[in-house]
Amino acid sequence: MNTETIFHTLGIIVVASPAAFVAVLGLTSLIGRPLRESAIESWTYASTVVGLLAAIAILFIMLATDIRHVPIELGNWVVIHLPEPHHNFHFHLKFVFDRLSVPFVILSFLLCGTVGAFTSRYLHRESGYRRFYICYSLFTLGMIVTSLAGTIEVLFFGWELVGLSSALLVAYFHERIAPVKNGLRVWAVYRIADAAFLIAAVALHHLTGEGDFDVLIGSGSWPEGQASLTANQALFVGLLLLVAAAGKSALVPFSGWLPRAMEGPTPSSAIFYGALSVHLGAFLLLRVSPILEMSFWLSAAVVTIGLLTAAFASITTRVQTDIKSALAFASLTQVGIIVVEIGLGLRYIALIHIIGHACLRTLQLLRAPSLLHDYHTLENAIGEHMQHEAGLWQRVMPVGLRSWFYCFAIERGYLDGCLDRFIVYPFRRILLFCDSIERRWTDFLSGGASRESDEVPVHEEVVEELRL
Amino acid sequence: MVQLHLPWLELTIITPLIGALIVCRVRDPERARRRTMLVTGLTLFLAVGAWEDFRTLHTFEAHDHWDIVSPWLGDDAVVVDELSAPLLPLAALLFFLTTLATLRTKVRRFPFAWTLVSQTLVLAMLSCRAPWGVIGLLAAQTIPPLVELRARGRSTRVFLVHMLLFIGLLAGGWAMIEAEGPKSPHSIWAIGMLIAAVLVRSGCAPVHCWMTDLFENATLGTALLFVTPMAGAYAAVRLVLPIAPDWALQTISLLSLFTAVYAAGMALVQREARRFFVYLFLSHSSLVLIGLEVVTPIGLTGGLCVWISVGLSLAGFGLTLRALEARTGRLSLADYHGLYEHMPSLATFFLLTGLASIGFPGTVGFIGAELLVEGAVEVYPYVGMLVVFAAALNSIAVLHAYFRLFTGTEHTASIPLNARLPERIAILTLSALIIGGGLYPQPGVVSRYHAATEIMARRSKHLSAGSASANQNKHTEDQD
Repeated sequence: MNTETIFHTLGIIVVASPAAFVAVLGLTSLIGRPLRESAIESWTYASTVVGLLAAIAILFIMLATDIRHVPIELGNWVVIHLPEPHHNFHFHLKFVFDRLSVPFVILSFLLCGTVGAFTSRYLHRESGYRRFYICYSLFTLGMIVTSLAGTIEVLFFGWELVGLSSALLVAYFHERIAPVKNGLRVWAVYRIADAAFLIAAVALHHLTGEGDFDVLIGSGSWPEGQASLTANQALFVGLLLLVAAAGKSALVPFSGWLPRAMEGPTPSSAIFYGALSVHLGAFLLLRVSPILEMSFWLSAAVVTIGLLTAAFASITTRVQTDIKSALAFASLTQVGIIVVEIGLGLRYIALIHIIGHACLRTLQLLRAPSLLHDYHTLENAIGEHMQHEAGLWQRVMPVGLRSWFYCFAIERGYLDGCLDRFIVYPFRRILLFCDSIERRWTDFLSGGASRESDEVPVHEEVVEELRL
Repeated sequence: MVQLHLPWLELTIITPLIGALIVCRVRDPERARRRTMLVTGLTLFLAVGAWEDFRTLHTFEAHDHWDIVSPWLGDDAVVVDELSAPLLPLAALLFFLTTLATLRTKVRRFPFAWTLVSQTLVLAMLSCRAPWGVIGLLAAQTIPPLVELRARGRSTRVFLVHMLLFIGLLAGGWAMIEAEGPKSPHSIWAIGMLIAAVLVRSGCAPVHCWMTDLFENATLGTALLFVTPMAGAYAAVRLVLPIAPDWALQTISLLSLFTAVYAAGMALVQREARRFFVYLFLSHSSLVLIGLEVVTPIGLTGGLCVWISVGLSLAGFGLTLRALEARTGRLSLADYHGLYEHMPSLATFFLLTGLASIGFPGTVGFIGAELLVEGAVEVYPYVGMLVVFAAALNSIAVLHAYFRLFTGTEHTASIPLNARLPERIAILTLSALIIGGGLYPQPGVVSRYHAATEIMARRSKHLSAGSASANQNKHTEDQD
């Protein structure tokens, strides 16, 4: 068995193990024969350990053989042969193990495994146990596919799985209205960002004729590629990808959804918004980083958004009154800094920063439910309440300015308010106006009230809450 | 003339008609349901047989063995080709699953005999390429819903006005085309009338209100079966696409694009589930039209793929809504219903079909949506991006509806509400097709690509023949 065959086999195992987990959980639920908790737990461990071991084996072989770029070709998922061969449409299934994807995929398996083990106790005998693990398995598969994607279409595939599982897990406690509303908000932001991603993918197809990263970022393994685009093309595609990354990583101006996402159970908050999902935007920028080098203005835009996000999150995190939101904004501060590093071309530093930060936040978020207990233990040990000294800014800043910053931070930069006021509400008003015009038109044609749906009873939310 | 091994097509068309004659004499609704199920099941088997037989012939078109219709009505009266081959079993499947998933609580209201008549008309239309045959069958399809609206004592004026307009424009437009002969390009009035007819039947804004009115007043099953086979798109492919100049196709594309975005936005603000479904369907059927009218190999293939995927997924989506309505009555989207705990399988299926309709990865709609966006952007680089925007709005609307119906509160019910066995069968069948088609899309895409190339070849042939004829006429006039 030669090295290439070993790589190929191990590569397929890395992708197949989370895919098998999804298939088992999904099929058993669909046919009405759901797995028991213990079986789900076993499958979680098995899929994670098998995938992780295969990924580590690939890493060791790569280090031993000094191979830095291992493409795993699975052929074309779909191919259409057009009369002009260079216009052929193909959906190429390709995964790449390189210096970016291998650390990221090992990190994903490690953290998903940790959170999977934690959840089996944390949600033990919860009615939504199975539902959590279905979303979790989709998330794990999405992360692995995104990390290893060798073409922009494959990356989009994984990217979408991560988005859907995130939104559904935010709404995990779905018998209450607030988590559901927040889940929808997260989904809406993701979808708008995903639209930018899809347009970027199509634009790349038209500009280069391929969605393959090897063609896109030139020959040479990451991070030494050279993009085959002009500066203007790189700016156009790069800005679209920046919007996609900003949506996924909650960068400014999309940061409003991050604290809302904390409505989900603690394990999902840890894995999604502390560790992996929130770094996915940064990962995308790292993957296409040769494009950033092609355009000064694109790099400048990346640095600016990173700086704005870091500053915004740093201010906002100081006034949060619950630990998960405080940690979420603290995460965002670091993500902003990571984006700045990427914009400045410090790719290895950004990658190391992501790995360290993800591990730290996972630990902090998993400890969050027992924070008060820890705090009390600490105070009991020292025998008095913890003292809080005034910080530098508190001492030097005028009271009026401090109050303004406080309001700004407590309202989370008015980002959600602005989006609602200037985009959502006007859009909704126009549509409702159109709806009223349609009603008048059908009433006129039918010679009376035309909508039976107006008589459908509506249960007010207050009544629904009382029923709980 | 290539022939199938059996008269599949004639049997497929005649079976539901005979079934209708039998069922209309049955007084007991439960017995009528069982017989209808049997007939639609048999029709589905025959339609699948026609498709499979055609597939093995490796030809673009085929006629029935022992064809008794062609000598009377012409070669194009009953024929199967690359376009219609998968559409026949798809339509038959929709009728079968709708009958199968009709609960006992609804059997008294659902018109089984008329449903079988509708099935005959839809299958006959899909097997017909003769222009006047297609026009006649499209016109006849409007009768069963009209009869049902009258029987339920509802106003038929909105539906009637739009359908009369559609039939008048279609028949008038085609009569003018025939009067003009095989010249190219045809007069703007003839083409304009055909375009307007297609837009009315497809429900393009602002002539879409008949569709919302139909869903308001007819039974959900009848309304679903009237719109989901997408007869408007079929009329566009058979009647408009071969003869229309580029400006006409661009007009349909741009109006469809507007409708796709408009309807997606409207789906977001609806306060009732049926109306939400109509707008979601309108947005998707407009996306199909966009693909059909951009007339590039990729765009047309995408349009044909989305036709199949939307037909499957939104029919499943509609059937789930119908199952919910059968248990709780009309559903408001202005509040939360929290039905998940009572019907997890229906909730999962609702989400699966909704995601498939928007082209979510791993479902049957994914590759079609990608091709459609590629095709639209290729022809209209910036405007085409609105397709992506419409898809994004649709996806938000789908999850919004899911959350409203299945979450947000704890629903209290004294009776079990979960899916019954026939509904489970329907759910599993459609789920298998949606996920199977998503994971292994190549055969479907290639088949649609062949259909697209053949449609484009026919169009080129027709337009070049028309140009030659026009040049010859001009030359003769010059000589005179």
